[in-house]
Amino acid sequence: MLGLINRSFQFFLSDTYGVEFWENVAKVADIRVSGFESMLIYDDKLINQVIDAASALLRRPRESLMEDMGTYLVSHESLQTVRRLLRFSGVNFGEFLNSMEELPERGRLVLPELELPEMELCDLGGGHFRLRCRARFAGTGHIVMGLLRAMADDYGALVLLDHLGLDAGGEVISVQIADQALYEARPFSLGLSVG
Amino acid sequence: MPERGDKIALPVPLEAFDRLMPLHLRVNPDGRITGYGPTLAKLLGRQGILGHGLFEAFEVRRPAGLTSIVLLQAHAGERLRLTLRHAPRPVAFRGLAMPLAEGAGMILNLSFGIGVVDAVRNFALTDGDFAATDLAVEMMYLVEAKTAAMETLRGFALRMQGDKQMAETQALTDTLTGLRNRRALAQLLERLTQSEAPFGLMHIDLDYFKAVNDTFGHAAGDHVLRWVADVLTGEARMTDIFARVGGDEFVGVFPDLTDVDRLTSTARRIIEALSRPILFEGRMCQISASIGITTSVNYAVPEIARMQHDADEALYASKRAGRGQAQAYPSGGVVRDSAALDDRRSA
Repeated sequence: MLGLINRSFQFFLSDTYGVEFWENVAKVADIRVSGFESMLIYDDKLINQVIDAASALLRRPRESLMEDMGTYLVSHESLQTVRRLLRFSGVNFGEFLNSMEELPERGRLVLPELELPEMELCDLGGGHFRLRCRARFAGTGHIVMGLLRAMADDYGALVLLDHLGLDAGGEVISVQIADQALYEARPFSLGLSVG
Repeated sequence: MPERGDKIALPVPLEAFDRLMPLHLRVNPDGRITGYGPTLAKLLGRQGILGHGLFEAFEVRRPAGLTSIVLLQAHAGERLRLTLRHAPRPVAFRGLAMPLAEGAGMILNLSFGIGVVDAVRNFALTDGDFAATDLAVEMMYLVEAKTAAMETLRGFALRMQGDKQMAETQALTDTLTGLRNRRALAQLLERLTQSEAPFGLMHIDLDYFKAVNDTFGHAAGDHVLRWVADVLTGEARMTDIFARVGGDEFVGVFPDLTDVDRLTSTARRIIEALSRPILFEGRMCQISASIGITTSVNYAVPEIARMQHDADEALYASKRAGRGQAQAYPSGGVVRDSAALDDRRSA
């Protein structure tokens, strides 16, 4: 797995719970305290060691930790880039959701080794959707859910999310969008503000 | 061949043109601009170019010499390169012109091409300014994603460089004392001899150090060695380098200092400082040092091995003469430690 994902987890833990907490996680997970490098490839099992260690030290279930991680990716100020890149997918939350299937392709376009979860969106009508995601490690659906929650907030959309568990095709998330017209999206300019 | 569908001219409402091609431009048979799409309007600002001649508003750069509507008709369907002169600053476009039905003039569609990134910034365009089929937004996405990826790589490169520098420093440092090690010394001497810069060389060997180690143990020995390093560093000018090259052997290199008297007095101060008792965990450790000196000006072509050999000769002459002394090559000036000197002066 590309270190970018591992490193995101590392920064989520140190930004949220402090550097000392991260050092403890690293100790328990038996990895270097300096952590991961974004552009190197790591064994898949390392990310699970990190999540398990953090979950044990915080006495919190993996699932809720992973959901927070998804929200962190979009909403933390040090990661404005992720939010901006996601915003390129659509002008409102509905469009954004519809573009989720393109996500792995968009990732590969920039970093061929970045394996984002495969998504499949099913429109049930009336603003109700089912999003299925399949990924290299269990619980990715919870990260996606946290990410969707934060993006909905960014678009100013009222959205109800529910993790329905696993089926044959992967983890299933139920998405219910309330009337989109009522909400104003946070402004978004296509051009980077820096020169 | 499959059926091509419509065989007659389509009655297309202007609104459809505007939505399908927000950067298009309509020209009448005289070459006057009769209308344009909303994104082009945004670029042109309030003044606009309605009724202007197409070739006044635009310079057609490729194909060259295309300056009339008749010529443009002749190049219908070809790729054009044009520059809009009337915007706040010139904007380059790619374009394609096709005749309208029944000699009603021409329609010219434009694209920013690779300049889309600057155009988006300069004119604060949004995804609503591009047709839903346009890949401009994907282009912007790519630019931004690439920038972020490059940023990440740069951070990675900087961390790697930092690690490399640290590794290099560690590879050149004696871990116990923090002085340079044998490798660093070899590099320095090679640099000095290659650049033919004059320098002084001092070999320092501790006296009675083995006794400290044997009597008080290695912890005391390490303490003494660190203290020796402090003494040497205290005697060094900014440019002087001291290296630990063996258990209790040190080398000092003094760039641009070849005055034997000055080197000898430095050596004397070092011996004097090192001959003071050192306290370690309530015990007194007593050492001294013997020093041999040479300078690059003693040689027509300074050779490292030769210089080190001669400095060693001088060092062993000091040892033989009773330790706690400094001698310079070529033999001559024997200098006892300062206490002995004072004795001699007062005698």
